[in-house]
Amino acid sequence: MTLRKISKDQPEHFEFSKENLEEAKMIVEKYPKGKQQSAVMSLLYIAQKQNDNWIPLSAMKYIGKLLEMPYMRVYEVATFYSMYNLSPVGKYFIQVCTTTPCMIRGAYEIVEACKEKISKNENELVHEKNSSWTEVECLGACINAPMMQINDSYYEDLDKEKVLKILDQVISDKMPKAGSYRGRLNSEPENNRKTLLDIKNA
Amino acid sequence: MLNLKVNDIDLEVEEGLTVLQACEKAGVEIPRFCYHEKLSIAGNCRMCLVEIENSPKPIASCAMPATNGMNIKTNTQKVEKARAGVMEFLLANHPLDCPVCDQGGECDLQDQSMYYGLDKSRFKENKRVVPDKNMGPLIKTQMTRCIHCTRCIRFATEIAGVPELGTIGRGEDMQITTYLEQSIQSELSGNLVDLCPVGALTSKPYVFEARPWELKKTETIDVMDAVGSNIRVDTYGWEVKRILPLINEDVNEEWISDKTRYAYDGLLNQRLDTPYIKYNNKFEKASWKEVFKIIKSRIENTSKDKICGFVGDLTNMETSYIFREFFNRIIENNNYESRSRDKFLDFSNRKNYLFNSTISGIEQADLIFLIGANPRYEATILNARIRKAYSSKRTKIFSLNDVGDLTYPYEALNGQIQTIKDLIEGKNNISQELINAQKPIVILGESLMSSKSASYVFYSIKEFLMKNNKITDDWNSFNVLSNDASTVGNYDLNIFKEDINLIVDLKKHKFDILYLVGQDNLNFEKKSEFIIYQGSHGDKGAEIADVILPGSAYTEQNGYFTNLEGRLQKAHKASYPPGEAKEDWQIINELAEFISKKRLFKDKDELESSMLNFLNLKNENLTNKKFVTPVTFVNENLNIQTKNYYFSNVIARASKTMLDCNNSKIKFESTGTNG
Repeated sequence: MTLRKISKDQPEHFEFSKENLEEAKMIVEKYPKGKQQSAVMSLLYIAQKQNDNWIPLSAMKYIGKLLEMPYMRVYEVATFYSMYNLSPVGKYFIQVCTTTPCMIRGAYEIVEACKEKISKNENELVHEKNSSWTEVECLGACINAPMMQINDSYYEDLDKEKVLKILDQVISDKMPKAGSYRGRLNSEPENNRKTLLDIKNA
Repeated sequence: MLNLKVNDIDLEVEEGLTVLQACEKAGVEIPRFCYHEKLSIAGNCRMCLVEIENSPKPIASCAMPATNGMNIKTNTQKVEKARAGVMEFLLANHPLDCPVCDQGGECDLQDQSMYYGLDKSRFKENKRVVPDKNMGPLIKTQMTRCIHCTRCIRFATEIAGVPELGTIGRGEDMQITTYLEQSIQSELSGNLVDLCPVGALTSKPYVFEARPWELKKTETIDVMDAVGSNIRVDTYGWEVKRILPLINEDVNEEWISDKTRYAYDGLLNQRLDTPYIKYNNKFEKASWKEVFKIIKSRIENTSKDKICGFVGDLTNMETSYIFREFFNRIIENNNYESRSRDKFLDFSNRKNYLFNSTISGIEQADLIFLIGANPRYEATILNARIRKAYSSKRTKIFSLNDVGDLTYPYEALNGQIQTIKDLIEGKNNISQELINAQKPIVILGESLMSSKSASYVFYSIKEFLMKNNKITDDWNSFNVLSNDASTVGNYDLNIFKEDINLIVDLKKHKFDILYLVGQDNLNFEKKSEFIIYQGSHGDKGAEIADVILPGSAYTEQNGYFTNLEGRLQKAHKASYPPGEAKEDWQIINELAEFISKKRLFKDKDELESSMLNFLNLKNENLTNKKFVTPVTFVNENLNIQTKNYYFSNVIARASKTMLDCNNSKIKFESTGTNG
């Protein structure tokens, strides 16, 4: 909820970078003429990516002007969806899943690790560490529980030790390797088992 | 035509109606909150649930199109239970603060929960908390009362054309707010208060003033602009407590502008309540007899042609007419004028100063061309019609000048009179578009009429339209947009000097006595003239006066007004004039009696019938006098001189609410958050 509140610290100015502007234009072109407003969600997402994972008001205004729609309509969309952050978060934005399957497999250990390494409270941006963390609902990787997401990548099969190591890397401004931390490829079974026949009483 | 059944009664309705409208045709009332016939359909309050045969669930009738063979039931147990259930949900988060709510007594939620709701709630949890929002100086918010019907959002977006309102958040966190809580920048924002079915948006100036059942309600006519909106004035004793719109589809539909609605506190301030005489540059209270004595001796000691009179912008027609009679019969000259500045007028035909396409006709237009007009500030309700035409038919709109945001997109030309010349000579594309249009509307504004090019544009455009069959019996595309309530009425009563320009003479100080009736807009410097001011407010006119006769405002006397389309409407007395003040016609009548020992009219009825007679006679004997002015073309840059919307007349200037509105607008513009 706090991330959907408009931050008091707002940058004066926002503009798409050259590449992002091109990407935005490509997205707008997908829609019929006069319906360019349909691109608002994608454009907000691009703006969020460009601005360290959060959308300032100036970006909403910029998009409103770009798509010729009232600021209020952009603002409505931005406040509706939980994946748009409206106050500053870290350059490394850590989302820890704490829904039931992850919770059973020890999600709160990850939360503790975040509290130790990054900040006592969630949604607290620590500037020198470039990062902030938050608890979220199910991210859809229950088979690799517990897990967390940093920016666009999933970090799976975690425990407290592994998380501490990952967070160390994050704090020193390095993007850690994504994927399973128990050596699995995606969500394949462990120990190279391919069928249920290998297991007794399966 | 569709054949359907409502509560087992056979009914035939036209196609394209919703189930709710079909039920209304059958005389069955369906409760609703979010549905409003002038707005788009939202279908989110669920109060209008009805049962339809072969449909497993109740349906929202406002959003369901009626089809052939439907069997609609609105009085079954299922429907009653559904309504009670919806009501319970709506009330789950609604505070029980009716005793301190301004909507109490005229609240849809209150009424409907009495009819359709349960007497208790099963909701044991805490009610949600919503912080109140700032929506400017006119609208007070109490957002915990909001039931999210979104009527306000739809009104602001669709009709007012200011998409500043919206919903933020979702689910339980949903809130209605303006963009970053700025005040709403619309001249129609007061209508949000009427639209709100609960007490979430209430009127700020009216806060905790009165309960609806304590007020005396008078149906009358508004004078803040020339549209002549139909209004209801609610009074408590002498005081006007509030002003609400009345439905008149031909004039204001069911909206009124903010000035109409909120300038009423100007009726309490700056009032002239007793006659005054100026001694040594200081006003001193006097009696009626004393002032009449002074006026009489002055008039008797001055030659006739040195006396002239001006009628103001809020004067009703009876006053204008008796004023005219006073000059014709007592002073025995015709030095009277209703225009306050040099303004072009061709009085040879009534159609030359009317809005001939009519306000409701705007909806049929397929092209609108504004010349020297800013309808947003000059006639807000008319502007809302233009916006309606734009949003329903995408009517093309041109304006000679760039006049800023009109709440709809338009193409602005360069503002040069040369462009008009090109248009008439067929040199630019608008010329062709005008010819191709079936029902074009050309609107000449007051900024044009008071410019030097007025007569050129007037005659050449009229001729151009005539030539291309755009002025026929079915459709008259030639329109003049008057700005003041009494403009057309005064023209109808011939309150103008045909041959001599009185304004020029006045500035040359050719007159010794000036009689101003509610005329505060004269731009001239007083020298040695003796000025009699008769009016309701101590404004510019009273300031320069030597004798002040306290008159009445529009809510304090019966009187006719003709609106810009030539519609004669009667305003009714809702209150009475303060202190020693009298009705305007009475003052002139008594003054005439004092001077000549004979009243002009026996009573109000005689005055009224004499005036109506005059109007009828004038309509029958239309003078075909052609106004001959040399029509020469001079190129000039047309300046749009719109009066400040919030200070356009004496009542608005005396109103604190209007001052607040103006300040909030200045603040909004200076923060730069609008662009």
